[in-house]
Amino acid sequence: MMKVVRGFYAVAYSVKLCRPDVICAYPITPQSEIVENIAQMYANGELGNCEYITAESEFGAASILVGASAAGARTYTATCSQGLILMSEVLWNAAGMRLPIVLTIANRSLSAPLSIWNDHQDSMAMRDAGIIQMYVENNQEVHDMMPQAFKIAENHKVLLPMMVCMDGYKLTHAYEPVDLLSQELVDEFLPPYDPPVKMTTKEPYTFGSYATPASYMEFRVAVYNAMERARKVIEDVYKEWAEISGRDWGGNIVAENCEDADVCVMAMGSLVGLVREVVKELRDEGKKVGFIKIRTFRPFPADEIAKAVDNAEKVIVFERSLSMGSDAPVTLDVKSAIHKKAIDVYSPVVGLGGRDVPQNLVKSIIEEVMENKVEPGTYFRGLKDYEEVIV
Amino acid sequence: MSENMRLFGSGHGACPGCGLPIAVKSVLEATGPCFVANSTGCLEIISSQYGKSAWGVPYIHSVFENAAAVAAGIEAALKALGRKDEGPVVVFAGDGATADIGIGCLSGMFDRGHDVLYVCLDNEAYQNTGNQQSGLTPPGSSTTTTPAGKVLPGKVKAKKDMPAIALAHKARYVATASVAFPRDITRKVKRALEFEGPKYIQIHSVCVTGWGIDGKQAIPVARLAVETALYPLIEFEDGQLVRVRKIKDRKPVEEYLKPQRRFRHLFKHPKGKEVIAELQRVADENAKKFGLDA
Ligand SMILES: Cc1ncc(C[n+]2csc(CCOP(=O)(O)OP(=O)(O)O)c2C)c(N)n1
Ligand code: SF4
Ligand SMILES: [Mg+2]
Repeated sequence: MMKVVRGFYAVAYSVKLCRPDVICAYPITPQSEIVENIAQMYANGELGNCEYITAESEFGAASILVGASAAGARTYTATCSQGLILMSEVLWNAAGMRLPIVLTIANRSLSAPLSIWNDHQDSMAMRDAGIIQMYVENNQEVHDMMPQAFKIAENHKVLLPMMVCMDGYKLTHAYEPVDLLSQELVDEFLPPYDPPVKMTTKEPYTFGSYATPASYMEFRVAVYNAMERARKVIEDVYKEWAEISGRDWGGNIVAENCEDADVCVMAMGSLVGLVREVVKELRDEGKKVGFIKIRTFRPFPADEIAKAVDNAEKVIVFERSLSMGSDAPVTLDVKSAIHKKAIDVYSPVVGLGGRDVPQNLVKSIIEEVMENKVEPGTYFRGLKDYEEVIV
Repeated sequence: MSENMRLFGSGHGACPGCGLPIAVKSVLEATGPCFVANSTGCLEIISSQYGKSAWGVPYIHSVFENAAAVAAGIEAALKALGRKDEGPVVVFAGDGATADIGIGCLSGMFDRGHDVLYVCLDNEAYQNTGNQQSGLTPPGSSTTTTPAGKVLPGKVKAKKDMPAIALAHKARYVATASVAFPRDITRKVKRALEFEGPKYIQIHSVCVTGWGIDGKQAIPVARLAVETALYPLIEFEDGQLVRVRKIKDRKPVEEYLKPQRRFRHLFKHPKGKEVIAELQRVADENAKKFGLDA
């Protein structure tokens, strides 16, 4: 059923169709409307036997879901920014305990300075936790992703938390037409959660043991291996979704016009639509430029990217976050993926804290690379002239 | 094997004389099969090493400060999945995990009214990490972060009143207990489980290492805490004080302090007399407030 809805509703409605057992969250702009919509569904008795809990903090919310997931429940939360960082101790723990908690991240910048607007610094800070991360470009994609996220996370070969990242405000609050899923379709696609082990008095297991140096490493390698296995599981689930829903969002990356491209441009999240459009425009002008949408960020689709840029001389990675003291996060992974190839990598950092990224800026960023007007490396675009005062 | 040996085995690695295994076994005696959420700390370390778990009940340890929330999540899951009949949900958490770093999660659990029994194992400091002070360390105690020095007589501030904090949250059942009286622990847990909603029991648990006492003195010292009224054994149901453990010949606090290395400096420190007098005042106030003198 096609309907014009806002992003937060597209998420909440899809989560409902996934029949979670325990939902627990704490409000933070611009995620709040996701849980507020879920709260309304709960108040209306539309969530079946689901327990919806308002926690005392994001730290508490994540902790509640650790207990619920360990006891065998399908679990969901949404957060971003300060809330995600506050959850981080627990989320690392959840990944280590192999608890497939699903989260929607309404991507927002990190303080200081405080900002409620969008970039990717929050989810990037969780990069190494053992959480699967994927980024959506619009609200239909996030709507479609929620059932897929549960299916991926809960796969016995995986059993890891998963974050579906959507740009705060840009998507969460945008009105877009969304083909709302039916309960029948989601039920057919997503079986109930059936954990291999759970907390039960019938068979008492110990969860969260402490490990001496004689056993710790194997546990961490097991998380690493699960993330590696997730690559294939994700691809399979994406394919299955395309078949069952009729909407094919592609694999871990979507490469367009890269075969003969001299310059391949990469983006993630809501910037994808704009960058894709500009690349098409440049193509129409006869420029040999290709486009890559990165969907899955963890596990990082290194092989797919290496293959896609095989014929390129230059790669541009639009970055929405930073790593202080190093290359920005996506760039680091891209560089590592193509390290054997003689390809220059350009990392324009744009749109931090919701700074506008207009179409002409995207175009000029690509053009200056094509015209050799800029050196490879990290640089900032859309930055005002200002003087940093060192006192 | 007795029931509580099956639920918490002898495989634990506590210091000989430690109060924790006594407390845990006395609780499990009353709960039977149950769900346990434990915070990081001595109990977790002595009982949950990979491959050597001492637990015969489903057990989870997540992090230091979130056991109350983890337990709330278990309870919510059991409700959603229609499995509440499998057994009660019990937290075991240290005094540091409870009164300091985890008090936000505990407050949330109380406030939302989860059907959870929260047991605070009060050994009066962060013992797992080497006897650092907590909010439940009593004044005068020399810990590694409040050491007695030329100027300071150990910890200066009072012991946080956690039972009052639990009562302020309208926890249905609130009690204190001591490892010196294991049968009393079991009775209190049984009673607590008759109440649906959050329940709080704080068990005074001897730490031979941190307190600096001999294993053999562990129980006598724990008993002295009760007999001096420094650790009053009290019981509240829906906010009303319903029972207390009466004390026949209340002993002066010095008798409790003397055998313990953590308080030894008080008997020669320039501020020692003052601190002992303050502790005696606390004991007297407890006796009066709860009507402890028989
Ligand atoms: C966030 C965090 N901070 C600090 C620690 C280190 N730590 C582990 S256990 C502990 C003290 C535990 O004290 P308590 O809760 O009283 O339990 P006990 O060991 O005394 O029984 C500390 C400080 C930790 N694990 N996590
Ligand atoms: S350090 Fe103290 S609390 Fe910890 S096991 Fe030893 S006696 Fe028990
Ligand atoms: Mg302690």
